[in-house]
Amino acid sequence: MMQPGFADPVLDAQSAFRAVLEALSHPGRIIPIAPAPIPPAPLSPAMGALALALCDADTPVWQDGGAQAADWLRFHTGAPFAEAPAAMFLFATGRPPALSTLNLGTDEVPQDGATLVLNVASLKAQGTLRLRGPGIKDEVSLGVEGLPENFLAERAALRPHFPRGLDIVFCCGAQIAALPRTTEVI
Amino acid sequence: MYVSVKGGESAIANAHAWLAERRRGDAALPEITADQIAEQLGLAVERVMAEGACIDRDLAALALKQARGDSTEAAFLLRAYRNTLPRFGYAAPLDTAAMQVQRRISATYKDLPGGQVLGPSFDYTHRLLELDLAGRKGEPDPAPQADTGVTPMPRVTEMLAREGLMARDTATDAEPPDLTREGLRFPAIRALALQSMARGDEGFLLALGYSTQRGYGNAHPFVGEIRMGAVPVEFTPPELGFAIDIGDVVVTECQMVNQFAGNNETPPQFTRGYGLVPGQNERKAMAMSLVDRALRASELGEEITAPAQDAEFVLYHCDNVESTGFVEHLKLPHYVDFQSELEKLRGIRARWAADRGEKS
Amino acid sequence: MTNAPTSPDRTDRQIWMSVLARASAEALREHLADVPPLPAHRRLKGPDTGLVMLRGRAGGDGTAFNLMEATVTRCTVSMGEHMGHATVMGRDLAQAELAAAIDAALQNPELRDALMASVVEPLAASQDSARAETARKAEATRVNFFTMATMR
Repeated sequence: MMQPGFADPVLDAQSAFRAVLEALSHPGRIIPIAPAPIPPAPLSPAMGALALALCDADTPVWQDGGAQAADWLRFHTGAPFAEAPAAMFLFATGRPPALSTLNLGTDEVPQDGATLVLNVASLKAQGTLRLRGPGIKDEVSLGVEGLPENFLAERAALRPHFPRGLDIVFCCGAQIAALPRTTEVI
Repeated sequence: MYVSVKGGESAIANAHAWLAERRRGDAALPEITADQIAEQLGLAVERVMAEGACIDRDLAALALKQARGDSTEAAFLLRAYRNTLPRFGYAAPLDTAAMQVQRRISATYKDLPGGQVLGPSFDYTHRLLELDLAGRKGEPDPAPQADTGVTPMPRVTEMLAREGLMARDTATDAEPPDLTREGLRFPAIRALALQSMARGDEGFLLALGYSTQRGYGNAHPFVGEIRMGAVPVEFTPPELGFAIDIGDVVVTECQMVNQFAGNNETPPQFTRGYGLVPGQNERKAMAMSLVDRALRASELGEEITAPAQDAEFVLYHCDNVESTGFVEHLKLPHYVDFQSELEKLRGIRARWAADRGEKS
Repeated sequence: MTNAPTSPDRTDRQIWMSVLARASAEALREHLADVPPLPAHRRLKGPDTGLVMLRGRAGGDGTAFNLMEATVTRCTVSMGEHMGHATVMGRDLAQAELAAAIDAALQNPELRDALMASVVEPLAASQDSARAETARKAEATRVNFFTMATMR
């Protein structure tokens, strides 16, 4: 039987939207999402919340969570599925597609660049990632475990394309932290 | 440049209270309900649905009541409400050949399959005021019914196309562009122009369509066919994965047949202009089809000489909510702009006077 | 468009969903009074109101274009092992929920015959007769030309 989405579709989606907004405007800051839904594994609750808050019939989605996850996403968001390069949102529970192959937007419409939502093993407020850029006073650090190999190098390789690029949201349980394209990992 | 101004809150609240009182009118008369508007002022409601770009008869009727009958204000209200709703998806293109026809006429063929069906039309009325309608006239006699229903009605344009005399519009599976999701870009493709005109201001399109007949543009139009009636709306909910009918929508469609001189590749033939609007509104459907054909000038290699052929002119100005916004924004405080204009003018006048003083 | 309701090979479920979509909440309730009460259902999604973008085709048969949106209401329910769904034009939450519940019940072979006989078929018949009445009124306004040939 289909697992439910948000208990309160309107208010919970607004809370989740607010959380994403906070995360993207304060890169590296860990933001809890409450209440979050319980989507089918391997989608994390935070990932489920982002999908429900951000996706609809106008946002092509790519995901790697298997058939149950696909059914849940289709039922609750109505979003069409797409190949990774055409997706507006990507929900990666395993290794994501090569970042350079994803939709980076155009110079005229850079905001069309995809948002990559990625499950990670842990998120900690202190760690090895040192971040700099808009929304950060001087510098912050973030601890992320379970990043795919070469992920940060792939991301850094997109930097010359700015303002084209990807926005990235890490999910762990019901928590998120974001690396918008403007953030530099030093 | 604008400057922030505070104050006026109580003036605004009082203005709105007075507006509500004016809207109600004479309290000795019964208050009109949205149901009554939807049923008895149906064409006004349909105009609001068209220009508000949202098909919902009850909401359009409510908007008309709230707007005191101002159809542009009502369209604005409907657009604002529409913006609060999520979009569940896209219906299959309406199949107007499957229309349950209430009216269908052709000015190009007298005898055609299915015949000339007049439907509930103002045509052939004498345009004399029916003075006894002013009060409650009571129930009209039921409309007469024939023993059988109307027979299937093939499209007139299809009859011409079969003879090779009418250019066919090739159907593609391409996703059409959406005005509400991305801005207008030029050269605008026809799908964008049709979407824009379907929600466009009826008066603006009527005037432009009329201008093409009067020599502003090279039009020799004939009404190939006008049809009005209910068309099934078919939608595939993502949860289901198969198509269902979710209801019906009444639309008016106009196929305008126009001459085309031909060129090196294409022999002389007819081309069509197309109009499709919600509800019963053939004035707008006809105007839209005239302007659609005029806008195809560049596609057909015709010289562009008239406003109706100029896509930027037509599409940037046909939306009455946008037009109203920009015209009416002039009411907003421009105190600082105007101060600088005043100072500039005073300076210029002083120099003008000084120059004349020196010369004399 | 293989599953198009207007195509002759549409499934029973497509047919009854299309009939339910055209029936008001009041009409649905009225006909439900003729059968034993439906088993309880659970709401899985909705009822909620949104928009569907309607489309046309240039020239009626050419390239598709976006016409404008219409309000629609959808609802998905579960009833025992069956999932029922409705998407209907307009904003009537009660109509969408009732139609979804009836759709779920119709998938239960034990309930289907009674519901078809008491709800779907009578609704389809009244929708057909309304369509037929419109067609007869339209036919009554068809012009019979008197040409010289017929007058002689």
